[in-house]
Amino acid sequence: MHPILKLVAQRLALGLLLLFAASILIFVGTAILPGDVAQSILGQSATPEALANLRAELGVDQPAITRYFSWLGGVLQGDLGTALTNGRDIAESLSTRLGNTLFLAFWAALIAVPLAITLGLLAVRYKDRWPDKLISAITLTTISIPEFMIGYLLIFFLSIQLPLLIGGMEFLPDGLQSWLLSNLRFSSVALMNDSMTLIEKIKSITLPIMVLTLVVLAHMMRMTRAAILNVMQSAYIETAELKGLGMLKIIRKHAFPNAIAPIVNVVMLNLAYLVVGVVVVEVVFAYPGMGQYLVDHVSKRDVPVVQACGLIFAAVYIGLNLIADIVSILANPRLRHPK
Amino acid sequence: MTDPLLKVRGLKIGATIYPPGEKSRDIEIVHGVDFDLEPGKVLGLIGESGAGKSTIGLASMAYGRGGVEITGGTVEVNGRDILQSGLRDVRRLRGAEVTYVSQSAAASFNPAKQIMEQVTEAAIFQNKFSKAEAEARAVELFRKLGLPDPENIGARYPHQVSGGQLQRCMTALALCPEPDLVVFDEPTTALDVTTQIDVLAAIKEAIRDTGVAALYITHDLAVVAQVSDHIMVLQQGAMVEYGTTDQIINDPQEDYTKALVSVRSITHEEKKPTATPVLKVENITARYSGTNFDVLKDINVELHPGQTLAVVGESGSGKSTLARVITGLLPPSQGSITFDGRPLTPDLATRPLEDLRELQMIYQMADTAMNPRQTVGTIIGRPLEFYFGLKGAEKQRRIQELLDEIELGEGFQDRYPAELSGGQKQRVCIARALAAKPKMIICDEVTSALDPLVADGILKLLLELQKIEDVAYLFITHDLATVRAIADSIAVMYQGSVVRYGPKSQVLSPPFDDYTDLLLSSVPEMKLGWLEDVLAHRKMESAGN
Repeated sequence: MHPILKLVAQRLALGLLLLFAASILIFVGTAILPGDVAQSILGQSATPEALANLRAELGVDQPAITRYFSWLGGVLQGDLGTALTNGRDIAESLSTRLGNTLFLAFWAALIAVPLAITLGLLAVRYKDRWPDKLISAITLTTISIPEFMIGYLLIFFLSIQLPLLIGGMEFLPDGLQSWLLSNLRFSSVALMNDSMTLIEKIKSITLPIMVLTLVVLAHMMRMTRAAILNVMQSAYIETAELKGLGMLKIIRKHAFPNAIAPIVNVVMLNLAYLVVGVVVVEVVFAYPGMGQYLVDHVSKRDVPVVQACGLIFAAVYIGLNLIADIVSILANPRLRHPK
Repeated sequence: MTDPLLKVRGLKIGATIYPPGEKSRDIEIVHGVDFDLEPGKVLGLIGESGAGKSTIGLASMAYGRGGVEITGGTVEVNGRDILQSGLRDVRRLRGAEVTYVSQSAAASFNPAKQIMEQVTEAAIFQNKFSKAEAEARAVELFRKLGLPDPENIGARYPHQVSGGQLQRCMTALALCPEPDLVVFDEPTTALDVTTQIDVLAAIKEAIRDTGVAALYITHDLAVVAQVSDHIMVLQQGAMVEYGTTDQIINDPQEDYTKALVSVRSITHEEKKPTATPVLKVENITARYSGTNFDVLKDINVELHPGQTLAVVGESGSGKSTLARVITGLLPPSQGSITFDGRPLTPDLATRPLEDLRELQMIYQMADTAMNPRQTVGTIIGRPLEFYFGLKGAEKQRRIQELLDEIELGEGFQDRYPAELSGGQKQRVCIARALAAKPKMIICDEVTSALDPLVADGILKLLLELQKIEDVAYLFITHDLATVRAIADSIAVMYQGSVVRYGPKSQVLSPPFDDYTDLLLSSVPEMKLGWLEDVLAHRKMESAGN
């Protein structure tokens, strides 16, 4: 078998194993959570009998091992169970939420990843000169401000101050002014529903996209810069310089291909963050994504929902890191072209 | 007289250094060098490390490595002063008029790209040739340089060819754009001696056939004597002597040049074997875990007290593996080792302290064998504490004694490795090994990373210490001149086996087996026309090509 196939198969198997381990951790973690779902549904005044009946009905009185395997068996068949609090099918409610989260993450990534890598390349090209310092200063500033703060700042300036500003510009022709007002409108609430067109949806999440981009930019940009600078120390970069090639061409043709592995790793880590870590942004913009769904049900002690969300987050995390691993393997010419 | 292709006048080169704990300061590393190079001629630049040879070579491409900067003088290529040209013009010169062959082709090729793309890149980028023309030319050069399968080798990646082949590819890379001048920077230094000779011959032929001029930089006078028309001897950034190759080799004027020509002045009387050997290696066979071939096959050698056994061979012949087996780092799959009359356990972890103490090791890279954050005193003091429990004043006295033995003076105890020269570092490593009062020291290529004159000093010191301490050396090396200088007996290794073994006088006298003949004849000799002579009389092809 080609060594690459073998390595990739190994990684896939490891990924599945890891996911299995994560499922156990999630289950154990939710099992030892304090609180009682029956109590939280029926309230403080419920009688012990009523509580016991409800527990039996919900199946939470079974031993943990039994519950784990029946849960796992269901998950493997695509059945995530029903929410304890409202009796709805979790898979169904989750799919819309997950779709929304992925939609937001996708657009944020589409802007943030190329931007971060380009900025990283530019920072290397102008290392220790003002463009490098400016890029670092801006991205480090945005990563240092808490996300909710960036969110509220953007809402304040773009969805409140900007229309006022444009509205005050009486010197503009009426047509242009109204065009600007209708097109430069940034919604402070990221509404989402099926009747919206794609353009409308994107417009609706412009601000969350901006916040997420600003949050993940610095990490990827700094890592790209560091990885390429590391490669730039190599003797083959000197060879390229002594061929008379220009700096940008050297970075693009000779340094970047050898820096792919670390860059892909940090990109995947940030993509995972875009899916798993967006709770705050979803709350700020009232966006109907996974994060809000999870937080809501944690507070209601709705364990099956928490488990399902945890499992999906784990799968996304492991899956993206798996992709990073595999890309790193493929990027290594020694593995791709064995002797 | 034709106009010179390269005209260097008053070349001064500086660098900024950052000594630990001090302010950075500017130093001058080349102090005004002048020379001319005519089209189609080869000038050898020779000197020890730090002499400024590479720096001068790169200056002919207006390039300063690291923090190195050209601070004065003129460098004219084809009549233009390239130091006054803008970056744009300099870039048009590099890779077109002047090209570069580095010491380590393995590091100088981009691991992520095919060889052909890298060989033709400059020629295409500089608009010298179209892609098709450049590739045809590259194949032609591959053929001329004696690479196997010249049509298809360009499709390979750098890690898929051997070191010797990659060095030839690097030469093809430099010749592909039809430059006027090639700077060869130690192009054969990293190669095995039997591979070096073939690469050297290929380079020489390519230079002759293409009519290109060359700056040939090396520390090995015998090598440069084979390829150059003129030689310039450099020492500490200044010219010592300049002359035709014939004059420098046969009639050197300056003392420094004379020292270089006559290096390896050591004569060593071979000692007769004694009754009981200190080390007896019997039927050792070993392999690395996860591999399916033996790296050592049925090795039998003996080492007698106070004597030196030299183990010679090319890289990959198994000589360092033998050291790993003896030290217990790699337990053998078969065979036994007897040390000082008692059997050694195969695994390092189970050896008694006494065995560890009596068997010490010195490494090739003194740099990486010392903790950079410990002072010389701490480094040497450690085995004194560990093996003898010495403390305080007694330990200090012993450290000073050892420092005196290795001919380093009073102030060295408090210095850090970074403040020492290469030779001094190796001396500290020797002192550290001696501190344990061993019966035997394994010396693994201890002089390979050093300049010839410095290496000479280290060898003299080792012989001197052998007399005083009566310690035995297992001396691993690929350098036959070193072997001649210090060995009492010799084991020649080839592909994991000992092919020739015995007292020095016997091993080095004919009749030879084919491999020993190849090895001995490949050592460059300081005489003109040696390369041609030797190639005409070879019985066996070297394996490293």
